[in-house]
Amino acid sequence: MLTSRMFLKRTRAGAVVKVVREHYLRDDIPCGAAACRLCPPRPAGPGLGLQAQPSGAASSLCPGPHYLLPDTNLLLHQIDILEDPVIKNVIVLQTVLQEVRNRSAPVYKRIRDVIANPEKHFYSFTNEHHRETYIQQEQGETSNDRNDRAIRVAVKWYNEHLKEIEDEEKIQVIFLTNDRTNKEKALEEGITAYTCEEYIKSLIANPDLVDRLACVSDEGKEIESGKIIFPEHIPLSKLQQGIKSGIYLQGTYRASRDNYLEATVWVHGDAEENKEIIIQGLKHLNRAVHEDIVAVELLAKDEWVAPSSVVLQDEGQNEDDIANEEEKENILKTSVNKDMLRPTGKVVGIIKRNWRPFCGMLSKSQIKEARRHLFTPADRRIPRIRIETRQADTLEGQRIIVAIDGWPRNSRYPNGHFVKNLGTAGDKETETEVLLLEHDVPHQPFSQGVLSFLPKMPWSITEQDMKYREDLRNLCVCSVDPPGCTDIDDALHCRELENGNIEVGVHIADVSHFIRPGNALDEESAKRGTTVYLCEKRIDMVPELLSSNLCSLRSNVDRLAFSCIWEMNHKAEILKTRFTKSIINSKASLTYAEAQMRIDSATMNDDITTSLRRLNKLAKILKKKRIDNGALTLSSPEVRFHMDSETHDPIDLQTKELKETNSMVEEFMLLANVSVAQKIYDEFPEFALLRKHPAPPPSNYDILVKAAKSKNLEVKTDSAKALAESLDKAESPAFPYLNTLLRILTTRCMMQAVYFCSGMDNDFHHYGLASPIYTHFTSPIRRYADIIVHRLLAVAVGADSTYPELTDKHKLADMCKNLNYRHKMAQYAQRASVAFHTQLFFKSKGVVNEDAYILFVRKNAVVVLIPKYGLEGTVFFEEKGKPTPKLDYNNEVPSLTVEDTTLHVFDKVKVNIMLDASNIQHQKIRMVLVEPKILGSDVPANLPTEISSKNEPEKKKKKLQK
Amino acid sequence: MAAPELLSDEGYRADGRRPAELRKVRARMGVFAQADGSAYIEQGNTKALAVVYGPHEMRGSRSKALPDRALVNCQYSMATFSTGERRRRPHGDRQAGELALHLKQTFEAAILTHLYPRSQIDIYVQILQADGGNYCACVNAATLAVMDAGIPMRDYVCACSAGLAEDTPLADRSPEEAAGGPRLVLALLPASGQIALLQLSARLHQERLEAALEAAGQACRALHAVLDRVVRDRLREVTALLGD
Ligand SMILES: [Zn+2]
Repeated sequence: MLTSRMFLKRTRAGAVVKVVREHYLRDDIPCGAAACRLCPPRPAGPGLGLQAQPSGAASSLCPGPHYLLPDTNLLLHQIDILEDPVIKNVIVLQTVLQEVRNRSAPVYKRIRDVIANPEKHFYSFTNEHHRETYIQQEQGETSNDRNDRAIRVAVKWYNEHLKEIEDEEKIQVIFLTNDRTNKEKALEEGITAYTCEEYIKSLIANPDLVDRLACVSDEGKEIESGKIIFPEHIPLSKLQQGIKSGIYLQGTYRASRDNYLEATVWVHGDAEENKEIIIQGLKHLNRAVHEDIVAVELLAKDEWVAPSSVVLQDEGQNEDDIANEEEKENILKTSVNKDMLRPTGKVVGIIKRNWRPFCGMLSKSQIKEARRHLFTPADRRIPRIRIETRQADTLEGQRIIVAIDGWPRNSRYPNGHFVKNLGTAGDKETETEVLLLEHDVPHQPFSQGVLSFLPKMPWSITEQDMKYREDLRNLCVCSVDPPGCTDIDDALHCRELENGNIEVGVHIADVSHFIRPGNALDEESAKRGTTVYLCEKRIDMVPELLSSNLCSLRSNVDRLAFSCIWEMNHKAEILKTRFTKSIINSKASLTYAEAQMRIDSATMNDDITTSLRRLNKLAKILKKKRIDNGALTLSSPEVRFHMDSETHDPIDLQTKELKETNSMVEEFMLLANVSVAQKIYDEFPEFALLRKHPAPPPSNYDILVKAAKSKNLEVKTDSAKALAESLDKAESPAFPYLNTLLRILTTRCMMQAVYFCSGMDNDFHHYGLASPIYTHFTSPIRRYADIIVHRLLAVAVGADSTYPELTDKHKLADMCKNLNYRHKMAQYAQRASVAFHTQLFFKSKGVVNEDAYILFVRKNAVVVLIPKYGLEGTVFFEEKGKPTPKLDYNNEVPSLTVEDTTLHVFDKVKVNIMLDASNIQHQKIRMVLVEPKILGSDVPANLPTEISSKNEPEKKKKKLQK
Repeated sequence: MAAPELLSDEGYRADGRRPAELRKVRARMGVFAQADGSAYIEQGNTKALAVVYGPHEMRGSRSKALPDRALVNCQYSMATFSTGERRRRPHGDRQAGELALHLKQTFEAAILTHLYPRSQIDIYVQILQADGGNYCACVNAATLAVMDAGIPMRDYVCACSAGLAEDTPLADRSPEEAAGGPRLVLALLPASGQIALLQLSARLHQERLEAALEAAGQACRALHAVLDRVVRDRLREVTALLGD
């Protein structure tokens, strides 16, 4: 019992109130050493504890058996080293863990994972509650000093304690710290202490590890190269005061993709004014990195600037060449219209860094034998990083991962260290790995823990499974999907009832039957959030056994489903809706083309065909209703690659044609989603997981309205319906493709649709579908949101029981946040995959000339779309080392005059496309204007171009992304 | 700063306890000679004093007297110095009234009131220092005071709170833990397992109720063991005194 335990009271002085908290000290906390018989046995906890005979790399500094004990800063900065399989038997103190937790959530998560890994033999020692290792803060001692002392006390205790273990060879505890004073104090107290560098360098046979050392300079080291480039960062405490008093604004820093000298800070909070602050110039950017939380100070109004439409890439070689930068900054400051000026500011301090490991490539220093090299991240919003490595020759041409360690005031670039080599650049596997990592797509194979929750094979439907299910196996159900689809998550049926009405059923794979709340399988799917479709690879959200077999509604097998069944009249008006878990047996898995063929065939009149015809008829009515309500039909060209069956290289590109049957299936999925949304919202007004699509702010449409006006067309944007109607009318007989272009441009004006929890929001409207309420129900195999919706619906119809997290709106809101993030990242990963395959395609295809249309006009470039490939790219008109042609940009029209050729939006042009592989670092697709011919430029001129393909890959069922 | 963890991966709570462990309990009976019964209890930093008068004849209006059993009269108050912020708490405030009512219900269920028809038993409790679990400390102090007064009871009444850290129930919540999640307060007659009072603040999914209730029950039984020892010690002390 506790009463026998002595306790101390710890006093925390609050602002006004004195708070006294109990702090219990225990004598039953084990030291974690396997050989120890003095401590009570280790209770269940993470990891396996310290080994009796520590295995791990041999060190020349400490040849005897030893455990390592790092301090907080070392753990924060050298986590890459600690994660290396070579490093084992490390004691992590509670004091250290708590400090890490408060300072960096990602590092905390990583060290927790390491502790839980049984192979690493890390042990977390609860020293703050151990009777002999707890210390009180002394008068005049800062809490940092107190914690450092607590760590040293724990090291000493360990060394004493381990001596008492009756083993031949004594195990020593080695204290690792990079803090000079702390190390000195430790040595004075008789503790063996090394810096991380000393220890790692002493490791025999592991020289590579040195490269992974974070280069955190001691305060002293920074002076070395003299010249201060950046203003000082204001300390956090002052920033917080400043933010409170309104001198500074706190926001998320977003670097510009196109211009390394410009960034935007999105101010947190609900302030209407100054929501978006522009930062321009190296000194104002002041070492902030994309995604950091920063504090900014607004500049005086006369210093405000307009967002530049210049495209600038950091091409500086290696050294801290600042004069050059200032020259470039002046390019930005061209005179602009007064209306274009936006709130402008400068970064004064960093509130929270959001650094992650970055993929990219090494730009080897031109100096021979140099150890310092620049690393260029794949993400252009991230600055180049200086790293130290001895393996530059091996790493050249490889895709590598690098982490940032710090950014001193005198350095043009941040300092970092090498983490991992992914493989040769340009290799399909390496590049796929890169784009998955860069888009934070969880893509490791499913762990044994996850797989253990799969049903045991052979699987069959049991009596128990039938308990809350209707047997619908007699119905004539069929599925319609793209060719080669293995994860069929929806099927349909349609039949005439005796009363003359029509019964239509949508049957969705019952994934929530197999994935039970809270187990490892569920958690993994929730984390992944969505299946990611790349050009030739699919990263599943759920293991294949479920996605392609048990949950896939294949034909002629019994499958579990969740059915939404309507009774409709012939005007497609819903008379009755019901939902039930069911068991179905699909009669046919058709492709869109096969289904279309059946509908069109004059001879076929079987059950399946007649129900398809009925469905098609109803779908047309439904679609018309939807469009009359103001739903938008937008287009973006869908492209598919024809892959060579042996090399898996793309050999042809083809834009996808849509069949009537695509739209037929889509209509019923939309209808099911709306019906389910209404049902779960009625049943759970606070916890329904819904999807909304906010109306875009009117200013988003400026670009569209201007572009249409230049073709003498009027686009009304006051409502979705007006927009849809004016888009329908916007036809030009001389220019049939114009309408498609307008629709493509319209999609660019739209907002992202997002998941949300009904208890946390008031605005449910789905703008694009013109529906007051909407959710996702129809693709539970590849979207986690649908699984939650299935669970809610199952509870609503009494087919399954609820569980705590399902009715916790804060947990649901957190989940929505993750799902929205994963969906966004999946989309970006798909685009990146298409871009990469486009490069491969043009690599084999060589140089081609193609027709293109101008989509956007920029200050020094135009963005064009090549309909044949659904490919978008930028044509630049200036290049380093070449005379810049005379450029005249008119923002009003908008138009760009190059020498004496004026380019407008929607102009039809001809471009020359080729792959520029001269720089393996960044292979890119170059586009050069061929028609109209620009005076003074030779074709093929070597104008650099970046490709950014905005089209969707051949991903399954585009419709459901709405 | 990240929000404090309720329970570390190693299985310790913020104050060093394991999930099922109670805060330190200290109790004494017979602290006031003038009253019929009295007791003082410390649970963690919460300190409570209970004093019992009776059973005695009805005071004031006799019309309130019950023909078949004794009337239990409870009063609850907090000392002005009981919190970090010094504040006057009038006797009649809503919270105090509510707590007094709960106490009354609890002890009407535990005292064998039918032995004393038409009479009255007064229980006065005061929180000297408040640090979470005020109601529980009051019940536990009052149990000891009633026993000290020699009033027959069905059983001890032991009260304890429980909370949840994700799925793990935490017994006897400390004020630090009060910020996170729902709280369950249970007053139990441990021998019979009868529940005298069950109070739940905030929403709790029914699936978790059982675990939390079980944890609170365990805590009450652990408390029972402690209180029982206090009573037996007191008894030994008194008999020793009488023997002299
Ligand atoms: Zn030990």
